Amino acid sequence: MANLNSEEQKKQYEEYVKQVTPVHSLPVNMAKAFLVGGLICVFGQWILNTAKSYGMNQEMAGAWCSLTLVFLSALLTGLNIYPKITKFGGAGALVPITGFANSVAAPAVEYKKEGQVFGIGAKIFTIAGPVILYGIFSSWVLGLIYLMFQWWGGGF
Amino acid sequence: MPAIGKQSIEFQNDVFILGGGSIVGKKEGDGPLGNCFDQIEEDPMIGMNSWEEAESALQQKAAELAIQKASVLKDQIRMIFAGDLLAQSIASSFGIVSFERPVYGLFGACSTMGEALSLGSMAVAGGYGDIVMALTSSHFASAEKEFRNPLEYGSQRPLSASWTVTGSGACVLGNRSSKVKITGVTAGKITDYGLKDAQNMGACMAPAACDTIAANLKDFMREPSWYDKIITGDLGYVGQRILFDLLKDRGQDITKQHLDCGMMIFDQETQDTHAGGSGCGCAASVFASYILPQVESGTWKKVLFVPTGALMSKTSFYEGQSVPGIAQAVVIEYVE
Repeated sequence: MANLNSEEQKKQYEEYVKQVTPVHSLPVNMAKAFLVGGLICVFGQWILNTAKSYGMNQEMAGAWCSLTLVFLSALLTGLNIYPKITKFGGAGALVPITGFANSVAAPAVEYKKEGQVFGIGAKIFTIAGPVILYGIFSSWVLGLIYLMFQWWGGGF
Repeated sequence: MPAIGKQSIEFQNDVFILGGGSIVGKKEGDGPLGNCFDQIEEDPMIGMNSWEEAESALQQKAAELAIQKASVLKDQIRMIFAGDLLAQSIASSFGIVSFERPVYGLFGACSTMGEALSLGSMAVAGGYGDIVMALTSSHFASAEKEFRNPLEYGSQRPLSASWTVTGSGACVLGNRSSKVKITGVTAGKITDYGLKDAQNMGACMAPAACDTIAANLKDFMREPSWYDKIITGDLGYVGQRILFDLLKDRGQDITKQHLDCGMMIFDQETQDTHAGGSGCGCAASVFASYILPQVESGTWKKVLFVPTGALMSKTSFYEGQSVPGIAQAVVIEYVE
């Protein structure tokens, strides 16, 4: 029998494969993510505090914090160190702003060979693109909901 | 009749393997088969400008090594059967353009070496070419770029994922005598068990390997014990387990004979390769560097070589299609 034609058989095979396929330990991965994500955030806080100690206001210090984290992530991506941090830390390294920077810097490095326009230009957002699109879209939806609440609130 | 059973051929005319050449990257060179390969490239770019060009360079070098070891001249090669994993098989096209010999470009995913050996031996057995070449390659970085993410993008690979081998293997086949003969082939069917997980290719390909091995045993009316070794391409640890179970359901047991190139090329404990090696270069380089010498020396007298492939593209994957498998079997025998 070369193919499984019925959906039931396919389900059965999928179930069986699930049983025999090893997976990463979830608690261990979560602990690593907590550690790495936590460290990145502590580092961010340190930048923020340092910036403030130089007399910057919250907004300015926040900008410096993001800027520094993004720069360091891009630098570590170029040096091929960031992928190693993510391999260990998983979502702990993917979710902070540094993960976002990595997802933009990595295609830029990889597709440079295909040229400035069709390589870097066209492909730099292949990974980050969906995050940007749906990030903006969901903030639009939230904005709409907020507006409606204001209308209702005004009616009372 | 050379055609036997439903999908096999038993060659009536002699097909010999005159020589094999292999070249791999540093990680493969550090693996358990490190001292078997003809050449190990420390530089992942092989002195070229891109991953794709580097893979082409691997093919060119493997082909040159095989030609040299088979003691033939480049101009004597009647045709080259070559393939790789990249879209439109560019690694092969640019790898062998300088040879100026006739070429048939193939795609069978990671089973391509089986396909190339099968078609090459048919050409020789049919008398259409006295000397032909089978050649395939893969490169970790070009495959990651083609099928997954840019190399510097951070992600966690599941334990079922395999590691694409950076390497290339080539074999020169011909009708002049040597110690190793290809006596038959079993062509593989596209086998779809509906699995959609491209990060578990062993499980996607195991049903195809099972189907082709079972067909080979049936068509040739053989027991698994007829073979000293039954060697699959890149099923890896997960796929091997599934292959054993599926064959057991059909009443066949190959646990004593079975080896897998993907499991042999890397050390799972120390090299962080998860399920094992994969890619067109995996089966090809292990065949040329390790399996062929074992048969040449008579250590193994009868071997069934079964490279396996997962037939998907990025597009089919994103469009929600399953990942069908294919496996091509080649019967290799020692000549007394």
